[in-house]
Amino acid sequence: MSVTTDATVRSGQDLKVTRSRRNVAWTGAGALAVVVVLALFPYIVYSGTTAIMVQGLIVLTLASMWNLLAGYAGLVSVGQQAFFGLGAYFILIPAMHGVSPFAALPIAAAGAAVVSFPLWWLVSRLRTGYFAIATWVMASAIMLFIEQIQSIGGGTGMPLPGFAGMDPTLLAAYTYWAALIVAVVAIGAVYFLLRSRLGLVLTAIRDDETAARSSGVKVGLARLLVFVVAAAGCGAAGGVLAIDQLQVVPATSGGVFSVQWTAIMAFASIIGGLGTIEGPIIGTAVYMILQQTLQSYNAWYLIILGLVAIGVAIFARRGLWGLLDDKFNIRLFPVGYYLWSPGETRRRQRAKGPAPVS
Amino acid sequence: MSWVNAIIQGILTGGLYALFACGLSLLFGVMRVVNLAHGDLATVAAYVGIGIIAVTHVPFLWSIPIVVAIMAVVGYVLQRSLLQAAITRGELTTLIVTFGLSIVIENGLLQFFTANNRGIGVGSSLISSSFSIGSGLQIAWLDVAIFGLAVVVLLGLQYFLSASKYGRLIRAVADDREAAQLSGANYQHVFGICAALAFATVALAGIAYGMTTVVSPTTGTDTILLFAFAAVVIGGLGSLWGTLVGGIVLGVSQQIGAQINISYELLAGYIVFLVVLVIRPQGLTARRSQT
Repeated sequence: MSVTTDATVRSGQDLKVTRSRRNVAWTGAGALAVVVVLALFPYIVYSGTTAIMVQGLIVLTLASMWNLLAGYAGLVSVGQQAFFGLGAYFILIPAMHGVSPFAALPIAAAGAAVVSFPLWWLVSRLRTGYFAIATWVMASAIMLFIEQIQSIGGGTGMPLPGFAGMDPTLLAAYTYWAALIVAVVAIGAVYFLLRSRLGLVLTAIRDDETAARSSGVKVGLARLLVFVVAAAGCGAAGGVLAIDQLQVVPATSGGVFSVQWTAIMAFASIIGGLGTIEGPIIGTAVYMILQQTLQSYNAWYLIILGLVAIGVAIFARRGLWGLLDDKFNIRLFPVGYYLWSPGETRRRQRAKGPAPVS
Repeated sequence: MSWVNAIIQGILTGGLYALFACGLSLLFGVMRVVNLAHGDLATVAAYVGIGIIAVTHVPFLWSIPIVVAIMAVVGYVLQRSLLQAAITRGELTTLIVTFGLSIVIENGLLQFFTANNRGIGVGSSLISSSFSIGSGLQIAWLDVAIFGLAVVVLLGLQYFLSASKYGRLIRAVADDREAAQLSGANYQHVFGICAALAFATVALAGIAYGMTTVVSPTTGTDTILLFAFAAVVIGGLGSLWGTLVGGIVLGVSQQIGAQINISYELLAGYIVFLVVLVIRPQGLTARRSQT
């Protein structure tokens, strides 16, 4: 860096800091348009398509939450199925007392968040790998505990009451809208959380935890907040699954407490790209394509997904979105900052410049 | 009498749990790798054992050294290729890779061997019989043999690491990789040997589990990984003797839980684990705190 630039930096002249190097108004408008079109889907496509999309939206919500945990807060949890399953039960229990399952979705999110506080107190005693297995044990213990309660179905599960006599087409549309709202709120929450002070704090922790700690950053509090938000998101997604399947089954494969849910959310966000909001969206698309193509071959889609995730983790650590971003430098959800050099204008964006700080 | 029986059974099962935990401890102690595929690899070993017995009709005891040797080679190769690549890319990648491996193995086993339970037939030899002390106290020779095996393996590893020349090299690499490398140690090879050792104990654990009960594709994560981890945390991270204590505490609490109500067996074990995590996060036997 030349002397003149240094002087300019010191004097603070002609410097500008923005969220993105490009104008983001059109991406915002684009996102809104996509959501509106998605919201109209029940009117324009067959209910078979929306049924598949409900699955996709559940995975999208989960992957966004896992990305927030692992990609931004460095918390590799393999026990998120605990909150997913609890969310399903927090729909079932109010429904058994006459609350509409759709109205119970906020209860599912809030319930999972409340449960996550004491669990955080337990699992946060361990770090990285042992944290991962501790969350797994926690999920197992919660499943075993729920299976003991016979009034909510014990080990075999229960059908979800509250939809008797409802028109199936209408129910399918409502389910789709619920899944869409949950996914949009989840991604929106991640976006605004990362643009807030928390995003800055998490970046500081990721870059140098010790330095962040010594600068007065409350590392534990930031991680707790992320853990609670992720629990709430997974809880809401579990609630949507309960409504979609019209039953809650605790164990066995495909049950709400199956570790496969965590595998799916982890693989989707890893393949798409950890540490970007766009990553889980791409990853979910990859997941849905694989799952739909290979669904007649039982567990093969999970095997292939796992192998792809391992490959991506080793050879393309920023995932598919990272590859796109390296090439075209695009951010649909800018959460970092970009420091403009003196005199730099938008027109020069194709010139080779420093990568934006994210 | 049934309570005494529960405690004795718990202690014997605890030996098996310590055997589960051995490989997990070793990989973490030397390479700082938490292998989330640990349990599934043990299940693979059990299936390999079942396959060898079914195909070659060797006596089941002969299958043990074969499986151990195969898994040791698998361990070395996996460490030198995939795991080493993951380790150099950081902790997050290591966790992702081992978790991916876990899910791939579990679903692969499901695909090729179905979800049915299988066991390793031990035949009608001395080892499948039991002896009784007093009235109503039945102890299977197999359980005693596995407990003995666990103690021998832990004792052997402890001796190997603390007293042998190669053990000293391993500890040097674990303490300071760069310094050991500067002194002429090939740390990647040392890691490979460690992984081979760890996988050999994983193979023993898998076969032992297959003999005492049955395995299914989900055994690895439902049982082996979580029990191994619980034993490690209860006993204290990084201590092999602590692991044995942790395994025994876990085994006894499960058996006592089962004595109260058969469906409380697993839950009782996890509750003890959580209590230890709250009251003594460094483990029952650890002297210094976890780093």
